[in-house]
Amino acid sequence: MHGDHVDLHQAPARHSYQAAPARALRIGLGGPVGSGKTATVAALCRELRGELSLAVVTNDIYTTEDAEFLLRNAVLPPERITAVETGCCPHTAIRDDIAANLDAVEELERSLGAVDLVLIESGGDNLTATFSRGLVDHQIFVIDVSGGDKIPRKGGPGVTSADLLVVNKTDLAPLVGADLGVMARDAKAQRDALPTVFTSLTAPDGIAPVVGWVREQVARWRSR
Amino acid sequence: MQRQESTAAPTGSSPGRLGALLLLADPRLPTGAHAHSGGVEAAVRAGRVRDTAELAQFLTGRLHTAGLTAAGLAAAAATADGDAQRLRELDAEADARTPSAAARATSRKLGRQLLRAAAALWPGPELRALTAADPQQPVGPHQPVVLGAVAGLAGLTATEAAGLAAYESVNGPAAAGVRLLGLDPYEVAAVLAQLTPQVDELAAAAVRAVERGELPASGSPLLEIYAEQHAARKGRLFAS
Repeated sequence: MHGDHVDLHQAPARHSYQAAPARALRIGLGGPVGSGKTATVAALCRELRGELSLAVVTNDIYTTEDAEFLLRNAVLPPERITAVETGCCPHTAIRDDIAANLDAVEELERSLGAVDLVLIESGGDNLTATFSRGLVDHQIFVIDVSGGDKIPRKGGPGVTSADLLVVNKTDLAPLVGADLGVMARDAKAQRDALPTVFTSLTAPDGIAPVVGWVREQVARWRSR
Repeated sequence: MQRQESTAAPTGSSPGRLGALLLLADPRLPTGAHAHSGGVEAAVRAGRVRDTAELAQFLTGRLHTAGLTAAGLAAAAATADGDAQRLRELDAEADARTPSAAARATSRKLGRQLLRAAAALWPGPELRALTAADPQQPVGPHQPVVLGAVAGLAGLTATEAAGLAAYESVNGPAAAGVRLLGLDPYEVAAVLAQLTPQVDELAAAAVRAVERGELPASGSPLLEIYAEQHAARKGRLFAS
């Protein structure tokens, strides 16, 4: 199922302290606790594992919770998933001191050979948590309608600067009284030209808008 | 990076030397150390560290055992003058002083991550002596050996390198205690301040040992046991 082609441009770094001449595209997924980051990663893996060689790094509060969810749901084989400890500070591990995450990404690329895409899932944090540009090429920020339709208006670096904003659990909007139109309008005001998509992962192919965006980034990365 | 041409200890004239010392001592330097508790999480779970007083006892023990051993290795590496063979010997000495496989793996991981940071700060060929001979097995050298070698290349003295290693043996675990137990950060900082004379003494003792051709080997069985227990535990907050 996994990409077994040998692409010289995707060769792993030979020294962990050196910049690799070519490497996998790295996309970070951040967002508040419970917004659906892990479910988004799982859905992306199911959709893309047939066409791309994938790996995932998780950063959870308790080491292996998210990694085990991905393993239980068998979205990727165990050798393609690594869990990183964050010492009670999930935002530090993705923004201020990215050493352990970089180490995990490079070890995956070294051990797996050709990898096309590494997804790095942050531990659930708050609206200020964003990924360092030294760790990821692009970042997706996942919020959900049950957190309140005011979140896009409140802004914060995740909402305003992420390369893709995902508003998840749209199926719950009527139940929690969230106005998707207000969320779309506020997101547009906060993010200017940056894209926002609405998802309901319980719907058939509910992940499609995110998959489409990721495919575009991979294509752009390969042709750079 | 200022490379000393002579093997004599620098006298303070090396440009940027004080800055390099402060930079290497700064816990915000991205070396991944923030996610390591140095056994504090395991000690907290075991019920042996519950408050600031018990954390102070833990840190004192850690400083005089793991801290002294690390200080000796760092002092020796700082005076190795980038000699790859000598650094490999010191790396083997570090292995021999770390009975727990989990603790050895942690030390090598932190060494690899410090090397990454040092290579970004001071690009140059000198650090290559520290990289694993086989790039397909990037386990990395032990952290105190990397710390000492980097300190030496930055023009720091053996005593400064030893002091860095001794101080690092307690400052990260102290921060972990604050996070895990919600301790008063001023009280914990005061504990570190009270330990500073001992940091100085240990650094000096480590350097004297190295000058005699010896390397301290202060064992701390409980830290080794904690390292094994922690690595086997599911649901960790800290990596070690």
